[in-house]
Parts: sequence; C-alpha cells; structure tokens
Amino acid sequence: MTGYASLFVQAAFVENLALSFFLGMCMFLAVSRRVETAIGLGLAVLVVQSITVPLNNLIYSYLLKEGALAWAGLPEVDLSFLALITFIGVIAAMVQILEMVLDRFFHRLFIALGIFLPLVTVNCAILGGSLFMVERDYDFGESLVYGVGSGFGWALAIAVLAGIRERLKYSDVPEGLQGMGITFIIVGLVSLGFLTFSGIQIG
Amino acid sequence: MESPARRAFLNPLVNNNPITLQILGLCSALAVTKTLATALIMSLAVTAVITLSNAVISLIRRHMPRNVRLIVQITIIASLVIVVDQVLKAYAYGLSKQLSVFVGLIVTNCIIMGRAEAFAMQNGVGLSVLDGLGNALGYSWILILIGSVRELFGSGTLLGTEILPTISAGGWYHPAALMLLPPSAFFLIGFLIWGLRTWKSEQVERSEFRILPAGGSERAP
Repeated sequence: MTGYASLFVQAAFVENLALSFFLGMCMFLAVSRRVETAIGLGLAVLVVQSITVPLNNLIYSYLLKEGALAWAGLPEVDLSFLALITFIGVIAAMVQILEMVLDRFFHRLFIALGIFLPLVTVNCAILGGSLFMVERDYDFGESLVYGVGSGFGWALAIAVLAGIRERLKYSDVPEGLQGMGITFIIVGLVSLGFLTFSGIQIG
Repeated sequence: MESPARRAFLNPLVNNNPITLQILGLCSALAVTKTLATALIMSLAVTAVITLSNAVISLIRRHMPRNVRLIVQITIIASLVIVVDQVLKAYAYGLSKQLSVFVGLIVTNCIIMGRAEAFAMQNGVGLSVLDGLGNALGYSWILILIGSVRELFGSGTLLGTEILPTISAGGWYHPAALMLLPPSAFFLIGFLIWGLRTWKSEQVERSEFRILPAGGSERAP
C-alpha cells in the first residue's frame, strides 16, 4: 500500500505534469483566466486521465508489447511502434463515449464539463501520461494510481494558477509583460514552489 | 506589396511567431531545452513533421469530407511522428532516450494541427510547404536560443564543449543550477516575450482596464 501512496504523491506533486514536465501547457495558459472554468477543465482532465492511463496499460500489455500476442499464437510479433497511434485513438474514443454517457445519465455534470471534454483529446498531458506509463513500465495497479495522481496534480496546478491570475487584475504590470509575459513568470514561480515537494518520500 | 509566398514564409518568424505570440506548442518547447543538442534534434523533428504534414494534407484537401477531417489529420500526423521516432531510435539512440516521451508528444503539438487546419486546408501544396517551413523556423529559433542560454549558464558548455570553464573543472565559472530546473524555462520565455513586445509594440495585449495613478483622476482612460 505504501508503494501506491508514494507513487500518488510523486505523480501529483513531485513530478507534476504541468509544472515539471510542461505537459498540457497550451490549455494550461489559455483556460486559466477564471477559477471556475479552470476547475471544470481540471476535473475533466482528472476523469479522462484516470480512465485512459489504465485502459492504455491493458491494451499495451495484452496487444502491443513484444511477445504480448503469445496467447494468439504469435509470440514473435512486436507491435509497440503502433502505441502512439493506438493511444490517440483510444483517448479520442474514450472522450466521445464519456461525453455520451454523461449526457445520458449525469446531465448536470455534462453541462458543467461538456465544453471541456473535446478539448481534452488534444491535451498533451493525457497522451503524455500514457506514454510515461509505457516508459516506466507500470503494471495495472500502478497505472491506475498514476492516472489518478497525475490528473489530480494537473487540476491542482491549473486551479492555483487561475486563482493567482484573478488577483493579478489589481496589479500594475509593465506594458510589454501584459498578458502572456507575466503569466509565464508566475507559472515559473509556482513551479519553483512545487520543487519544494521533491524531498517528500512516503514509506 | 509582398508576394503571398514571401509572406507565408517570413510572417511566422517574428510577427506571428507560433510560440511568443500564438502561444502554441509550448509543452515540447519548454521541456527539451535543457541542452542545446536536444533542442536542435527536437527542432529538426518538428520541422520535418510540420512540413510533410502540411504538404500531405494540402494534397488531399479536396478529397477529405469536412466532418471527418480532424481524424484524418491526426492519423497523418501520428504516422509521420512514428516514422520520425523510429528514425531517431535507429540513428540517434542516446538523444532519443533523452527526449523520452516528447518525440511522441509532437502528435499533440498544437502548432502542427493549427497549421494543418488554418493553412493547409485552404492553400496549394507549394504555399503550404513554405508556411510549414516558416512556422517550423519560428519555433526552432526560440527553442535553440533558450536551449543555448540554459546549457551555457547551467553547465558552462555548448553542445558538450566547454565554453565557460566551471569551478569543479578548475576554472572560474560557478554554474547557475537554476537554469537546469524547469522554472528557468518559464522565466526565459516570459522575458523573451517582454523583449519582443517592447520591440514590436503592436503585439502588446491590452488589459481590460487601467489602474489610475494614486491621487490623479484627471487622465481617466
């Protein structure tokens, strides 16, 4: 159990996808003007990430990995080069299914998250999570924890940034730094803050 | 009057730069700039993918039904990225390990989808290739600039050769370790944007309102 807890903390804080791997930056900067929208997008990323990383893990280890097709009598086939295109397909399909399920059964949630779901497909944090899962050789349990943890970390980071940017309206920023310039510098400072988590170990 | 070809190629370099003005494709721009070598390889990979994808998409633009065009574009881009990834693994294995997942993430690099959707769908092959090259160059020069600053001041080297002899190697330069950490990439891009917008003042974003100087209400906006 402690292994999973420390993996969660590591995925959410120490190796925060947005602040130390720069994943999902485009959206991170574009949709962080207001706290409510930022939290909505963060939740959408959390949900999609928690579903797609374990799902891609199953697909990778039973269909694509070298020797994974042994159950079909093809022990020499190595399809791992197809991982990239498969993952993108799985993510796009999952987002579509999730959208339909939410619309049918949880309509209020659909109204809250609806506009963000299609955007999430092209968010590099989602694809990056699946690719990191392959690179670090996580098993199914670990990839589930990693998916939830990294999604949570991303949501937390965007909510923090949106909070700071709302407050920023009251400060006098130099002409050329207005808008994106100052945002970059703030993200840098936030990421400096997250670096302090790097010594934490659980278990 | 500028010719359209010249405009397609030169405009993305400074005036409409994908990174500093359109804020696209940042994930990889920030993550691979720790050393100049990875920044160079990443620039080459993105240049290859964006030029080829613009060419291919512009070639088949009249045969694509509008409602499935995004899937077609993603598939073309993903296939090109797989080819680039395999080539890197075959000929530059060490660098491809350092770039880790970021080669794969070229698929979701918004510059490529953006150019495919905004330019290649409406223009001929020649123009689309020029536009792809221009955007790739606009992306590359920023990557290379930030990569060289971070490597030079972070470890005193450029492409692995020593420029500023560090104290640990018997020289005089004390390396700034912050340059090797993620936050420095944000700071550098922030300052770069500041510099560019001071030079090209029409790029400055107007704020929604102005704060009046204390005690002076006579020059309301």
